[in-house]
Amino acid sequence: MASDSIAINSPDVSTRPVSERLHDWVVTVDHKKLGILYIVYALGFLVIGGIEATLMRIQLMVPNNHFVSPEVFNRLFTMHGTTMIFFVAMPILFGFGTYLIPLMIGTRDMAFPRLNALSFWLTAFGGFLLYFSVIGGNGLYGAGNAPDVGWFAYAPLTSRPFSLGHSTDFWTLGLLVSGIGSIGTAVNFITTILCMRCPGMTLGKMPLLAWLNLVMAGMVILAVSPLTAAQIMLCVDRYLGGHFFDTQAGGSAVLWMHFFWIFGHPEVYVLIIPAFAFASEIIPVFSRKPIFGYPVMVAATICIGFVSLSVWAHHMFTVGMSSYANSFFTITTMAVGVPTGIKIFNWIGTMWGGKIQFKAPMLFCIGFLFQFLIAGLTGIMLAASPFDWQLGNSYFVVAHFHYVIVGGILFTLFAAFYYWFPKMSGRMYSETLAKWHFWLFLIGFHLTFDFMHIPGLLGMPRRIYTYEPGRGWEIWNLIVTVGVLFQIAGVLAFVGNLLWSLAKGEVAGNDPWDAWTLEWSTTSPPPEYNFARIPVVESRRPLWDVKHPEDPDWKYE
Amino acid sequence: MRCSEQTRILISKATGVVVLLTGFMLAVRLCFGAQVDSSQSPNIFKPESTPADSIFHLSLLVLAITGLIFLVVFSLIVYSIVKYRRREGGDHREPPQVYGSNQVELAWTVIPVLIVLVLFLATARVIHSVQDAPEPPASMRVTAIGHQFWWEFRYPRLGIVTANELHVPVSDPSRPTPTFLTLLSADTDHSFWVPRLAGKTDLIPNRINDTWIDPRQTGIYLGQCAQYCGLEHAKMLLRVYVDSQEQFDKWVQHQKTTAASDRSVEEGRRVFESTGCINCHTVRGTVASGRFGPDLTHLMSRDTIASGIAPNTPDNLRKWIEDPDSLKEGSLMPAMKLNDGDLDALVAYLGTLR
Repeated sequence: MASDSIAINSPDVSTRPVSERLHDWVVTVDHKKLGILYIVYALGFLVIGGIEATLMRIQLMVPNNHFVSPEVFNRLFTMHGTTMIFFVAMPILFGFGTYLIPLMIGTRDMAFPRLNALSFWLTAFGGFLLYFSVIGGNGLYGAGNAPDVGWFAYAPLTSRPFSLGHSTDFWTLGLLVSGIGSIGTAVNFITTILCMRCPGMTLGKMPLLAWLNLVMAGMVILAVSPLTAAQIMLCVDRYLGGHFFDTQAGGSAVLWMHFFWIFGHPEVYVLIIPAFAFASEIIPVFSRKPIFGYPVMVAATICIGFVSLSVWAHHMFTVGMSSYANSFFTITTMAVGVPTGIKIFNWIGTMWGGKIQFKAPMLFCIGFLFQFLIAGLTGIMLAASPFDWQLGNSYFVVAHFHYVIVGGILFTLFAAFYYWFPKMSGRMYSETLAKWHFWLFLIGFHLTFDFMHIPGLLGMPRRIYTYEPGRGWEIWNLIVTVGVLFQIAGVLAFVGNLLWSLAKGEVAGNDPWDAWTLEWSTTSPPPEYNFARIPVVESRRPLWDVKHPEDPDWKYE
Repeated sequence: MRCSEQTRILISKATGVVVLLTGFMLAVRLCFGAQVDSSQSPNIFKPESTPADSIFHLSLLVLAITGLIFLVVFSLIVYSIVKYRRREGGDHREPPQVYGSNQVELAWTVIPVLIVLVLFLATARVIHSVQDAPEPPASMRVTAIGHQFWWEFRYPRLGIVTANELHVPVSDPSRPTPTFLTLLSADTDHSFWVPRLAGKTDLIPNRINDTWIDPRQTGIYLGQCAQYCGLEHAKMLLRVYVDSQEQFDKWVQHQKTTAASDRSVEEGRRVFESTGCINCHTVRGTVASGRFGPDLTHLMSRDTIASGIAPNTPDNLRKWIEDPDSLKEGSLMPAMKLNDGDLDALVAYLGTLR
């Protein structure tokens, strides 16, 4: 098998100066280093986005609060949304994909290693541009400012009469640049998965993580391109006298909405599908059973990919579309619930009859299952367009999509962190700290986002920097803010755990989870060449076949 | 021995869960108890008008179905993690390896498809009944125009213009007199949302939208702008006054008159007409005919100023004119830098615009 390594005496890197080692990271084209770069970069932005969220929650803790000014609040929610979607969620998921895909399909690197590096640095530069607005937004003389047009930047607020200075330009250019990086990554994923699989790994024997990332990458190409086009059109409007979205000269505000959401909704699935991928790898290992209904899982993913391209206008139920259009987007949106439901049932089917071990990765996956179930059901409520006329743009929607993004994506990301941390670092994390992290974060999450639904039902719109007392919103906003404290405590346990384990964790060995996919057949951390000999596989669980030669998988698949 | 040990642990765990749940329920009870004066709350579950009511009934169906799905799937997850957890001291053999089952997959595909179909049909019916409702001849017509950061209401058939406080007649279900609103925007996107009367509809520049309400109870219904429209989006509040037919007729008669003219506040009127106020404000019957800010002809007939953020008292009015930012930072009305004498005179003049 591929577990033996090539006997080459590697140079002793620990004696080299720090500058040289940093230089290695900057010029690297190794998918593992780039993957880690993506992840570390995104974690940095996660902290920044989290601080922005905390400041907003302090402001909203009590009615008519003066903790931050309306200008600052509007910048905070714009930056929070943009940061979390474009510079946390996407890069961190790309990071895991970049790190894991070549290892899981048994190859030595991505198809285009240098494109891989270019994509990362473009994404990184996009984030830098966005935050440079804080000092550069108003030109050289002003104090600078961050964009304040909201993360979906509806026209005509982005046109020059309503957005003076350059803050909107930094937003536009930041997303334009990082969007090109994302398209590069997507091309790389697709090519790698289609062309670089090890001998024996047909598409039907590919790990689900690779399948789901393949679908995700296809969606990135289809979804990010319109956004990039729209950003260019916005630049033309602002600087070259165009009138695409300039309503004062006959442009269309609704056109921007269509452009944005034809990106924005598939984007949700671009983020959640890799989260599904983590769950589909982790739940089987900790249930000690293969994934239930592998072909159905693949089909459901492809189905989600297709259908999710035709649901975008459910973000626009209140813009005055005809009753036929509203009905169409209602049925397509509800239809996405079917393949998504199938996935949840298959994960339950995987646990059913297993022997479930409640290690940290599994705990986070179970949290994900519960929360994603609720997020899906509130999604069905929002899909019923008349119900959305009440719930849309209220705190109910804010609670709903945070349920998806935090309760769904972030929980599986934490699961993925704990699951693959031993592979990436070579060391085990502390299970005790991880459990603290899980419970604190779970309590904080539910305090914050369960109770956030209620002010929405009581008529509280989103994006307001303060609110009037006496509308029944106060107590809920207070509870929501209290929940943030628990989440912060949980994240501190997480960061502490990572740092402590990197320095002092037990040595993990190649395969600490007794798992079945190829990344566990090589050393932890893997050598630069990944596998001394390219593995040959016969089933979806090559390591199961090795460990159970009397009862191999390929007999049944 | 070992068994009783396990039982004890199980009991202590169960007690913990029960205590936690009880605490949680108590907290929820306390929170609901703490809610004062729920009549002011723009609660979507207390509809008082047909569109909001249709949505409310649809939402009950949707909540029932999703609630049922939640219970079933939730129980399945709990059952599987409790029943199939790895037990202490169990053998270390792997469980039976099951790869899937076409029958089960078919079942959990077909049932959700049927549920979606039912939900869709129920939803489509409500979409049609609310959006394509015919406009009866007895209906009222109002044009609502969204501005940064206030509401303009024009009654084209009555020749009335007012701001921020929409007056409509109550609608008797047996003889409905609904109000149909044409929604326009003067600048950025806004959204008209009065939760107890109807779902929200956006006001978008270069686009004509509409919505309608037929409130069944007189009273004041609160709402606010529900689409981010710029700096003071949070303070673009909205009040709908549902009047009895007599009250409404009286209000209309009053609003149709031109502005009161009172000799005693001549000085204030001079200040108003000579310091730029008239560039943005209209007072019918005078030279003031600006369209950028709210019509002030009957300012004193309104309960609030600055789009519902402060009671319409002489003190607040004075504060507002002296420095609008002190009440609403980023309001587009400039501070006019008047001296105290002019300010008092101006407030006195505005006080006569009943």
